[in-house]
Amino acid sequence: MDVLIVDDSAAIRKILQRVLRQTEMPIGNIHEAGDGVEALAMLAKETVGLILSDINMPNMDGLEMLAKIKSMDAYKAVPVIMITTEGNQNKVMEAVSLGAAGYVRKPFTTEQIKEKLTGLV
Amino acid sequence: MSAFTTAVAPTREEIVEWVSSATNEVFQTMLGMEARFGEHYIEDPGKGLSMGVIGIIGLVGEWTGTAVVSCSSPLACKIANTLFMQEYPSVTDEVLDAVAEMTNMIIGNLKNNLESKLGTMGLSIPAVVFGRNFATRRSGKESWYVIRFEVDGERIDVQLCLAPNQSGVLTGNGVPRIMTLA
Repeated sequence: MDVLIVDDSAAIRKILQRVLRQTEMPIGNIHEAGDGVEALAMLAKETVGLILSDINMPNMDGLEMLAKIKSMDAYKAVPVIMITTEGNQNKVMEAVSLGAAGYVRKPFTTEQIKEKLTGLV
Repeated sequence: MSAFTTAVAPTREEIVEWVSSATNEVFQTMLGMEARFGEHYIEDPGKGLSMGVIGIIGLVGEWTGTAVVSCSSPLACKIANTLFMQEYPSVTDEVLDAVAEMTNMIIGNLKNNLESKLGTMGLSIPAVVFGRNFATRRSGKESWYVIRFEVDGERIDVQLCLAPNQSGVLTGNGVPRIMTLA
């Protein structure tokens, strides 16, 4: 299964890559995007089975991207997990109402990410 | 205080407590390292930092400000070593990315507490400065909170400057009020 990581921080993308490789999940290619615009462009040419995304990003934030992804037939059922420092509960609730499969707050431990992925894929 | 905001500034004790808790949580959770509180004090604007690795991020809302996280090059390398599980003997782009993200997480968590008093705030994209013998200058008139920690025998400072947003403009990202001179 291919995965897409969407975050404007290169450091977070690198950490999440490592965490994903440490899981026992059958991870194939891991694609990266720096914002929602890049992510949608990536999804137009790649097929992924899981998306991990930040909320606050330039150009297109994670919530707008999530809404667009959930309106795409090909990606409606693909789980999207939001990983963010955002503590504003309204944004978290909005992500859930838009169809996010889960939410992890930064800072996070490897175990928290693994736990959130368990049962989703 | 401007007519634009009726929010009351957090007390110095609240700032120190929130910065300490945010810094500790990020270091413990992401790195398994303890950030031991050292001291806190207020600094006047003017001459700023002149060496090391400096993460800078702007805050904007009804109140606006700048936050700075600074440490030595060896500590920046240790942070990247632990964060990426890879050896970095010297400061590279990845080390700077690590400091930028630590700055983002510490100030992002601090922001969640600041919002309880100052209303919704946004964060700018973090910037990182690294080098020796450079000069920074804090513009404006506001004083800076400096909260010092010790991590693995090295010093790390979190600095914060906040003021009511006089313009009332909430659009766009905060512009850090710090200048770097060659």
